[in-house]
Amino acid sequence: MASNLNLKLKIWRQPSTNAKGTFQDIDANNIPETASFLEMLDIVNQRIMDGGGDPVAFDHDCREGICGTCSMVINGIPHGPRRGTTACQLHMRLFKSGDTIWIEPFRAKAFPVIKDLAVDRSAFDRIMVAGGFISVRTGSAQDANALPISKDDADSAMDAAECIGCGACVATCKNASAMLFVSAKAGQLNSLPQGQPEKHRRVLGMVQAMDKSGFGNCTNQYECEAACPKGISVRWIAKLNRDYALATVHESLLAPAKGKGGGAA
Amino acid sequence: MSALLKSFSTFLGSSIGKKLLVALTGAVLVLFLLGHMIGNLLIFAGPDAINEYGHFLQTMLHGGGVWIARIGLLVSVVVHIVLTIQLTRENRAARTERYGYNATLQASKSSRIMILSGLTILAFIIYHLLHFTVHAGNNYGTYQVILHGENVHDVYKMVIAGFSWLPASIFYIIAMLLLCSHLGHGVSSMFQTLGLATERTRPIYEKIGSAYAALILIGNCSIPIAIYVFHYGR
Repeated sequence: MASNLNLKLKIWRQPSTNAKGTFQDIDANNIPETASFLEMLDIVNQRIMDGGGDPVAFDHDCREGICGTCSMVINGIPHGPRRGTTACQLHMRLFKSGDTIWIEPFRAKAFPVIKDLAVDRSAFDRIMVAGGFISVRTGSAQDANALPISKDDADSAMDAAECIGCGACVATCKNASAMLFVSAKAGQLNSLPQGQPEKHRRVLGMVQAMDKSGFGNCTNQYECEAACPKGISVRWIAKLNRDYALATVHESLLAPAKGKGGGAA
Repeated sequence: MSALLKSFSTFLGSSIGKKLLVALTGAVLVLFLLGHMIGNLLIFAGPDAINEYGHFLQTMLHGGGVWIARIGLLVSVVVHIVLTIQLTRENRAARTERYGYNATLQASKSSRIMILSGLTILAFIIYHLLHFTVHAGNNYGTYQVILHGENVHDVYKMVIAGFSWLPASIFYIIAMLLLCSHLGHGVSSMFQTLGLATERTRPIYEKIGSAYAALILIGNCSIPIAIYVFHYGR
């Protein structure tokens, strides 16, 4: 028989980006343990609105753990205490009646708060624009297996491609570094033949966009890997470090001078 | 040339570029520590062994060898410290609003006090150089001994005298504990930053790092403990 929980919430309330925020104490009584964490917030918000108050703003979309939109820090851990789980897939049965739950936004200078728990993650979009893509010929599909890729490489690239771009790595990092995200996004393409032509440009561009957005620097504490709802490995960070060194050597010493091509005049 | 300079300044301006230089200078210092410790342990082989070693270092390449090493180490230390301070400042600036509820998932204690352990080691290095290299506030520089018919600096007597004073021995041991902590995170971190770690190799690097840190701690602390506590050479 499912039981109900009585919880004490401490929720970060911040009216706008530049406004000062504070924790608001909210009693959440009679929450069914079968609810998801976001459904618990829906119930709380409905009660706030019924009383004429301002509901808590939070980001959410698919609610099935694949879109990367939900973004809140629950008791100091992005997406909450359960490993490999997004906040939307976290269930209230993990909590006990009487628990106090702290709910805060992702905190990073590069992720300004929009309102309450909703943060602006467009810094990630700027990083993707700087190289998180491949340029391909569109039109009719090419022959199957025209481009051989080993099973190991395909599997490995898929591990990085699991990144849903939620930003939990930034939120949990002691330095608000985006290295896990950037390394996964660059690494999945750099692992495959389709990513080779733009590899050096991609690595230099994405790292530069990352640095410009005001993220911190990786100190190899691997908090990101532990908080990642998709369990992206920090081996991608090692690969990005390696690829960055190679790209720098290529760009500074080996690449031909720009605009000198063209063949016969 | 200007294109090369531009690439270098971009590299130095980037987070990964700075970290690669911190890792490379760290590697120089890590290797130096091992050589320095092995040299120091010659004290247990008797006065002649360590005095001969000291004399060799001073006269290697007609006295130039020691200066090549000093300049190399000075450059490594300066680059290592300047860049880590810069990186730490950027890291603090990247999160201006702190969390109300703090949690740590798997970051080690050592990794969280790197700047503190590092700056304490810097203070120790300055004290150590004043103590045994510059001989500030002591007369260790006047100690002489005859070795193979030649008048050389009596390193053995200097070390025994240096560690016969309790505060110096205690400070050396505290500094070595912090150095052990610094190496505990730094050595394996070096491999990750240089891009040499994978899921298979990272646990191995972590074990090597811990073992190396313990080796340096035990090796270096054995000298003040032997001299002060067990009256070695006194």
